[in-house]
Amino acid sequence: MSAITDNSILEGRSGTFGRLSDFFWRNPKILLFLMLAPPLLWLGIVYLGALFALLLQSFFSIDEYSGLINYEFTLDTYRQLLIPSNFDIILRTVVMAALVTLASALIAFPIAYYAARYARGKWKALFYLGVMLPLWSSYLVKIYAWKLILAKEGILTWIFAKLHLSWLLDGWLSLPIVGGNSLSISYTGTFIVFVYVWMPFMILPIQAALERVPGNLIEASADLGGHPAQTFRYVLFPLALPGIIAGSIFTFSLTLGDYIIPQIIGSSRLFIGQAVYAQQGTAGNIPLAAAFTVVPIVIMGLYLWMAKKQGAFDAL
Amino acid sequence: MRSDRTTSAPLGLKIAAALGLLFLHLPILLIFLYAFTTEEKSYQFPPPGYTLQWLSVAWNRPDVWQALGLSVRVASIATAIALVLGTLCAAAVSQTRFFGRETISLLVILPIALPGIITGIALRSAFSVAEIPFSFWTIILGHATFCVVVVYNNAVARFRRVSGSLIEASMDLGADGFQTFRHVILPNIGTALLAGGMLAFALSFDEVIVTTFTAGQQQTLPIWMLEELVRPRQRPVTNVVAMFVVLVTLLPILAAYYLTREGDQVAGGGK
Repeated sequence: MSAITDNSILEGRSGTFGRLSDFFWRNPKILLFLMLAPPLLWLGIVYLGALFALLLQSFFSIDEYSGLINYEFTLDTYRQLLIPSNFDIILRTVVMAALVTLASALIAFPIAYYAARYARGKWKALFYLGVMLPLWSSYLVKIYAWKLILAKEGILTWIFAKLHLSWLLDGWLSLPIVGGNSLSISYTGTFIVFVYVWMPFMILPIQAALERVPGNLIEASADLGGHPAQTFRYVLFPLALPGIIAGSIFTFSLTLGDYIIPQIIGSSRLFIGQAVYAQQGTAGNIPLAAAFTVVPIVIMGLYLWMAKKQGAFDAL
Repeated sequence: MRSDRTTSAPLGLKIAAALGLLFLHLPILLIFLYAFTTEEKSYQFPPPGYTLQWLSVAWNRPDVWQALGLSVRVASIATAIALVLGTLCAAAVSQTRFFGRETISLLVILPIALPGIITGIALRSAFSVAEIPFSFWTIILGHATFCVVVVYNNAVARFRRVSGSLIEASMDLGADGFQTFRHVILPNIGTALLAGGMLAFALSFDEVIVTTFTAGQQQTLPIWMLEELVRPRQRPVTNVVAMFVVLVTLLPILAAYYLTREGDQVAGGGK
């Protein structure tokens, strides 16, 4: 018993694990280092390393005659991005991403608002699963489902025929840019599938932002004579905006980089992702492919920077 | 003004929300219908007839089984790596304050914040620079990188709720660091890790964009499906495989939901 009176500090632990445990307790920085080293090494080497290797390649150029990569620093490859055929690809992708983001926000908002403000108990869980299941179900299966739906002989044509609205569908398809031979090979089809696949990513951040809006704030607005539209415009929308921006990070970024959806459902005109894939694959022009990937990185960098200023990250 | 306003939603909102949810779910249901169609050559609707024969045709396809096997192996190993790395990172970030903490969260999130094609082509060019041939392991390298974030997110959320005083109490009662981890921390974060692991598995099982860049000649199930989508050879088999994939991915998502649903009731959470 004398140990307690003599020694208010306990003796060190015995055994390898005991000593190790004491060592970590006295040197928390070493423990922290050991905990962080594996994930950081992995992400640093595998991911960032690969990313830098790619960025580096974009400053090289390709020899037009031999097809070999010329390892000299040049901005020539970036200049190629500005020639009309390549610039069109970038413009097309950005416009599509913006439209998809807008449409996703429009469709997602009522779902998020209902889930945040009115759904309770069992319904709340059902809403959550109702969003999570499509979000997590297989990306390719979702695209495949739309290939079935949009096909010329598919369900959508059938529904339009049953409703005696075939003229409407035909009329839409005969429009210059959005139309085409059938929905599955038109921009309209690409747009619908993009919205379908990425829209669930918009719902959860909006819902998170709306959950924080106290119900009595809406009532106060109504009490003070605000019309529902005014309440939405001046109270609800500003408070939901960080959530919408957070969601738009996903819809925008995912649309920018996708190359599978426009390849399977869409016209033959390329999007950035397809251009990257074609340049690095059949064309073998890695520098140009790398330069193309810099475009979404820069756009997303600017986007994230603006989103951060709007406080969107708190809604994630 | 009626006081029960908040309990019922305006009709317009109800309709908009319902339509939105229908838009999300109907297309997937259609997959189930098409798995049983007798039509082989087109996507005709309504199907001219129904049959069960495609189930057995798909069952007897060795290429489907091979792709499935590869997918399961890749997803298992990628998930295991992600579990270790994600938990370590989450523990470090949530239990301590240090310089560069924000940067680390950003670094973990980056692989899924940037479009998948960038991750894919970056890895591919790195492999070619380092002269690493494509193999089973190059697929795993890619998958584990973006699976870390799923585990990390789940673990960080749970670590925040595990009260620090619980860990201190364990230490005060004489447990060493390893015992505290084994008997106090692990039981508290276990379900979050399981949920994160399941989501990581689902993510890897379904991943196609990065895989096309890191796979070489091997076919995972999504790559097999992509081939069928680009150049349809046997539509009925694809229909059946699509239905199977929907059912298989459903399970881990539901399980992950039930595991994290009661996350608020972590011991000591009320403190």
